[in-house]
Order: sequence, then structure tokens, then C-alpha cells
Amino acid sequence: MQLTNRSKVASVKTLNWVEQLYLPAIIKGMIITFSHIFRKKATVRYPEQKRPIANIYRGLHVLKRDEEGRENCTACGLCAVACPAEAITMEAAERKKGEEHLYREEKYAAMYEINMLRCIFCGLCEEACPKDAIYLTDRILPSNYARNRFIYGKDLLVEGTTPETRIDISGRKKDYEMNV
Amino acid sequence: MIDWWLILDKVILIVVIFVVSLAIAAYSTYGERKIAAVIQDRIGPDRAGPWGILQPLADGGKFFLKEDITPKDADKFLFILGPSLFILTALMTSAIIPWGKSFYFGDHEFSLQVANLNVGILYLLAVVSIGGYGIMIGGWASNNKFALLGALRASSQMISYEVPMGMAIISIILMSNSLNLREIVDMQQGFHWNVFYQPLGFLIFLICAFAECNRAPFDLPESESELIGGYHTEYSSMKLGFFLFAEYINMFISSAIISCLFFGGYHFPGLDSLNMSPNIAAIVSICVLFGKIFFFIFFFMWVRWTLPRFRYDQLMRLGWKVLIPLSIFNVLATGAWLTFVK
Repeated sequence: MQLTNRSKVASVKTLNWVEQLYLPAIIKGMIITFSHIFRKKATVRYPEQKRPIANIYRGLHVLKRDEEGRENCTACGLCAVACPAEAITMEAAERKKGEEHLYREEKYAAMYEINMLRCIFCGLCEEACPKDAIYLTDRILPSNYARNRFIYGKDLLVEGTTPETRIDISGRKKDYEMNV
Repeated sequence: MIDWWLILDKVILIVVIFVVSLAIAAYSTYGERKIAAVIQDRIGPDRAGPWGILQPLADGGKFFLKEDITPKDADKFLFILGPSLFILTALMTSAIIPWGKSFYFGDHEFSLQVANLNVGILYLLAVVSIGGYGIMIGGWASNNKFALLGALRASSQMISYEVPMGMAIISIILMSNSLNLREIVDMQQGFHWNVFYQPLGFLIFLICAFAECNRAPFDLPESESELIGGYHTEYSSMKLGFFLFAEYINMFISSAIISCLFFGGYHFPGLDSLNMSPNIAAIVSICVLFGKIFFFIFFFMWVRWTLPRFRYDQLMRLGWKVLIPLSIFNVLATGAWLTFVK
């Protein structure tokens, strides 16, 4: 039964003498390659030019702060439990008096590390997080020369407090989260 | 008495041609990569300098800085002789090419041809054949099976394709009654280009030129995928650079020779009737010749990125069973035409 119109009948007939000259076929091929000179190029000059990334793209993680610049993370450990690659490690600490402007709740992560070589960028940590603290962003994990530099600590994960250093994750928030 | 003016002229010309050959060879590598890229819908090198035009300098600098390895079991002397001979012969062939009309400074004529040999074409064939020794010696001295295979392929290919190439040239010689390249070029003044009188000869010569230059689709001696570079497998640093460079110089020279033998060299129809002063005419003639050369360099690359490589038996069959009979027929037909018709 014929399913599509794309099938072609294979032929093993011998070439006639014009075809055996190969010159018509060569000229045809050269016209094809010449026409490709004027085609649109597929290249993206990467650092200057970037491919558009979908809103749901799962790239490098960010640890969010709230509007007053306090860290959201409470070191509950749900992300570490959810992580199928066991890439997340953290140590919790209790907030001292006078640190209220740094951490939103009484408990915070003194140490928070993601091993980017283990991470599979599945986004389960983000789904597990009850405090809106961890998000995956559209940033791409940069390459590095040493394996140990792929273990990202809080210095690399937590976003800045100034508006320029904030990382926009509004594209990743689901509709029902935005309405809250 | 020694003609010091002549010697000065020739030294200046040789230095200029030497530098221009190397510059064109260097920028051919850039052109090759750019053309490969645009044919494959890519952009090509564009990082070193604007549009990547410094790329050949970066590549050359890299060649100089690479470690120069000589294999333990290689023949040290021949290992160095191979690439040196190859690049030497590649540069030597440029001596007989008439690059343009003569310049005149007062009464002094500055000829744009290093050696106006009366056996110019024979010199060309002789020097090109010596170039084959460079590859053979290099491949043999490496003491490596891939290099040896590449060298064997190169030598048998060069021997096979020199025969029809010589035959194609014979038909040109029959028409021009001269072995002198300048006379052959001047015979084509106006629009009497040899390609219109010798289309078959041109086709044979073009195919043989591809084979002699080891260019695709005849790049079996150095097929990366099967022979890991063939005769230059064991070479590194600037010795490898010599091999690669010489190949591009060969391509440049063959383009020049194709232009001279079949496309009127520095002549272009209509230019002679403009009555330009001799020096301006000389400059224009150089530009015309280089325009033709650049077209053929582009053509070489265009073919390379279009056609796949031959299989070895196909290569030999094409050479011995197709091109040689055709070229013999061409010589006979030309001779018959000159004897009975003209």
C-alpha cells in the first residue's frame, strides 16, 4: 500500500553515453553550489548575536531575592530532595538579630551549591521550591577550564540587589503564579 | 659586458613575483575557507580582523610556532628536502609567465616576464614534473605507510595526467607554431582566444591541471578521510606549511597558465583599440591577467566544494582510457585541420 507520494522507484539502469560524460551532471551540480552562495546564511555569530530563546528555556539557575532585596531561600532542602541528579547541597543557618534586611525568614542557606556538571537542567528544583527562591533562567552555563569551577556557590547563584543586577524570570512564572 | 640594467630589472621582478605568489597563496587559503563557507550556507572565518582578513597571518604565525617534529625513523635529509623541493618548483614555474605588457621608462623597456624562453612550455612541463619528486621524497622519507601510499598515489597520478596535459599543449603549439609563452599569448590578441579553437584541448588541460595540483576531485594523494593527509601525514610546523603553501602556489600558477594558453593571457578584446600610453596599457594588462587568474582560482575552489573525490581506479581509467585517447584525437584533428583546411 502506498502511504505517501514521496517514495521514488529505485532504478539500476545503465547510464547512456551523455550521462557517462558526466559533464552535464557536473555543470548542474556547480550551478547548485553557486546558487548557495547567495542563500541566507545559517550561521549565528554567537557572542554578539543570540538565537531567540523560548520563555520556558531551562538554563543557569538563579536564587531570587524579594522586592526589598532579601534572599527568599529558607534552606528547607526540598530542591535538593527533588533533584534527580543530586546536584544540590546546602547548609542551613539561623538568622541573627540585625540580619533581617538580608534574609526574608528566620532560616537561611549559609551555603548553597549546585554542581553544574551533575545538573541536568530538568527544572524540578524550581517546581519543588515553596518560597519562589530558585528559578532556571535563559542564561547559558559558561564553559570553564577546571571541573571544580563548575560547582556554583551562592556568590554565583544569588542575584544582585540593584535593579541592573536583578535577573528577570517573569517569563518563567506560570500564569497562576503571576496572578497571586 | 654584463647588462646591469637587465639584472636589476629581473631581480626586482623576481622579488615582486615571489612576494605576490606567496601573498596570493596565503590569501587563497582564506578564499578557500570563505568560498567553502558560502557554498555551504555558512559565513566562514570572520574573527581575525574585519571580515577575518587577518586569518592567513594567524594561520602562518601558528605554523611557525608549532613544534617541528621529525619522526625517529625518518630519513632526516630527505624529510627536509621533500617540502623544500616542492615549494621551490612551485615558485620556479612563475618565471616564464608573461604577466603583462612591458613598461617603458624613456628608452628602457621593463619586461614583465622573468625569462622569455623560446622553449617556455617545455620548461614548464619539466619543472612541474620535478614537483612530483618533492611529494614522492616527502612521502618516502616519512617512513609511514599512509605517507607512502599518498606519495605513490601522487606520483602515479602525476605521471598519468602529464601525458594528456602535454598532448593538449601540443595542439596549442601546433596552432601557434611556437613554444614561447609570450608568442602564444600575443597570437590570441583580440578575441582569438584558444579556448574557442581548442575547446576539447581546454577541457583536457583543465582536468589535468586539477589532477596535477592534487585538487578535488583528484585529491586522492592527500585524502584526509582515508590517508590522514597522505604524503604530509608526518609533517608538522612550517614543513607542513610548505606543502600546503606550495599547493596553493601551484593552483595560482596553473590558473595563470590556463589564462595564458587558452584565455588570451593579458589581452582582452577592445583594450588595444583604446590607444592608451604604454605604461597605462601595461597596468591594465596586468589587471586583466589577474582578473582571469582570480576567476580560475575561484573556479578551482568552486569545483572542490561541488564534486566528491574519485575512486582510485576511476581516476586511472579517466586518465588512461578517456583523456589520453581524446587528447591524441585532438592533436590529430588539429593537425588535419591545419594541413587540409587552413
